[in-house]
Amino acid sequence: MLTTPGGILLVLAVLVPFVGVLVGLVLGGRHAQRVAAVTLLAGLAIVGGAATTLLQSGDTVVYLLGGWAPPLGIALRADSLSVGMMLAVAVVVCGIGLYARSDFGNAAGAPEARASFTYWLLLLAVWGSLNLVFVSGDLFTLYVALELLTFSGVPLVCLDGRGETLRAALRYLLFALAGSLLYLLGAVLLYGAYGTLDIALLAERIRPEPVAWTVSALMTVGLLAKTALFPLHLWLPPAHAGAPAAASAVLSALVIKGSWFLVVRLWFDVMPGVVTLSAAQLLAGLGAAAIVVGSVVALRQERLKLLVAYSTIAQIGYLFLMFPLAFDAAGSTLVHGPALTGGLLQAVSHATAKAAMFMAAGLIYAALGHDRIADLAGVARAMPITVLTFALAGLALMGVVPSGAYLAKKLLLDAADSSGQWGWTMVLQGGAVFTAGYVVLVLAHALRRPPGPVPPVKPVSRLSEFAALALAVCSLLLAFAALPLPGKLISNPLAPAELGATLLVFLGGAALALGLSRRSLLAPGRAAAGGPLRRVAVTVGVAFEQADQEIRRWPSATLGLLALAALFGWLLAAH
Amino acid sequence: MSAATLFGLCAAALIGIGLYGLIVNPHPLRKILAFNVIGSGVFILFGAIARRGAAAGIGGDPVPQALLITGIVVAFSATALAVALLLRLFEETGSVTLASDAPDKTQPGTDDA
Repeated sequence: MLTTPGGILLVLAVLVPFVGVLVGLVLGGRHAQRVAAVTLLAGLAIVGGAATTLLQSGDTVVYLLGGWAPPLGIALRADSLSVGMMLAVAVVVCGIGLYARSDFGNAAGAPEARASFTYWLLLLAVWGSLNLVFVSGDLFTLYVALELLTFSGVPLVCLDGRGETLRAALRYLLFALAGSLLYLLGAVLLYGAYGTLDIALLAERIRPEPVAWTVSALMTVGLLAKTALFPLHLWLPPAHAGAPAAASAVLSALVIKGSWFLVVRLWFDVMPGVVTLSAAQLLAGLGAAAIVVGSVVALRQERLKLLVAYSTIAQIGYLFLMFPLAFDAAGSTLVHGPALTGGLLQAVSHATAKAAMFMAAGLIYAALGHDRIADLAGVARAMPITVLTFALAGLALMGVVPSGAYLAKKLLLDAADSSGQWGWTMVLQGGAVFTAGYVVLVLAHALRRPPGPVPPVKPVSRLSEFAALALAVCSLLLAFAALPLPGKLISNPLAPAELGATLLVFLGGAALALGLSRRSLLAPGRAAAGGPLRRVAVTVGVAFEQADQEIRRWPSATLGLLALAALFGWLLAAH
Repeated sequence: MSAATLFGLCAAALIGIGLYGLIVNPHPLRKILAFNVIGSGVFILFGAIARRGAAAGIGGDPVPQALLITGIVVAFSATALAVALLLRLFEETGSVTLASDAPDKTQPGTDDA
């Protein structure tokens, strides 16, 4: 194995953001934003170059550090998976960078602010670590990359230094550290058993035996803790909802994708023959539970940013639905195929849509000075672009044609069809209704005519509004970027069948919003309006909220972590 | 019982103690310590694996030792970051509880937004 042409681009993709961090650190607060802008442009060009190289050669791009081949040396590798993720992350980071100019920009003559200095450096650090996660060729470099990602993500949570956000950051850090120790333990055991940590070499050597089962269970669960898959999501809502919007967008759209991507790497590339269908079904089952619980609790929130944070928990669930669908016909090996492409598309479309959603929520907060959902009346008239952004991002998450999520759903449904796993078809179809629920809830409040005159709003930056809108549109049109895929996957959005399906999703969502929302949607003035159906729905909603609170306690979450590890181990061994 | 096995068992015991501490101790500083105890367990295990891989006249496999040093640096940085956050939390709120409903030090009536 040798370094391929263009391999140096992989090194640059990791190095350039970190050089930006160091230069920014040396030059100080006044220049951090400028350094970040230059680095963002350079990084975008490098990632674009890497993508072109991959398309031209059609093969994995490899770079051997120092010219030493594994097992002695360390290799950086970029296949189509990594390059796809790198491209998506680069676009989202640039969008967030544009958005953040108004929040964290240095106005001429203004004193230098610590929060903005920290923000730009951390944004670059998150980007560099993510690129390292995508191109690393061995499990220990991945461990270091993952830790870098956590260390740059945690301070983003507490940029404003309030007690509440510091607490959220500390909870996030401690739980993430527990997860990374499990991952490290797995890596150590792998080295002990097989004498290498290089992904390609491990894939050849690994056999289904007790040590491989243990390792797979430990590493998977450790990574799930960092991804905040239900029921290991204790840290996510306070951390993502408390951070400034430009930071929440980074955390929710990008940071959690790092550990998710690592689960994908581990299952598909390191141990595709070790993992079993039943373990994959457990993973997807947790995903389905995340969709239901996350969406219902999102509907019960009073504040917009918390609603968006809980919607992230639901969307993380979607990312894990592809695992059982990606098995081959015999159900024994995971294969790179349409289901994996679908999962990847889902991740990309969530990254763009969720960043846009958090940005829209942040703009609404900045304009109104609060983000209470019940008091959003009149917002649509005061800031139409932002509300449109929220609506488009919501549509993209629901998977309306021609969004990326739509194409992803189509690919996964096909995979479910061909492998005869009918159960997941229902989850895939029903999930959109839950997403529609909280989107309809927010829009219903935002579009309502205010009781008095339209409340005065603070003007917000046009650039921020359009950056958010651009990301939402990106997500909504993502399916067109994937046109080279075979078959007629994109149907006419105005065909009766598609319109009918969209309408059904909306009606279901509206019913959920009517039943479960905290304030009655039809009569906002009265607290306790509605018939027996609404009372039953509210009881269910409250039960979900309480269950969520119990699960998010520290002891139950850590015990859950260990129990899940044991369960995964058992499901792998029992095959 | 060989030395490597003994170290392996010792590592398992440390990881177990650390996990117990991580789960039951509500105090964040103790959680940070528990994290370090688990970390030590993992590192000892790695050391034992290095020792087991001794060959060709070398006392131990050098690769795990190189990774071990990196792992220790990462764990040290994690501890430093966690302690810094904890100190800042104490300065801001006057308490170090992680419970999300704990009151802040800010006076009622003052706007904390």
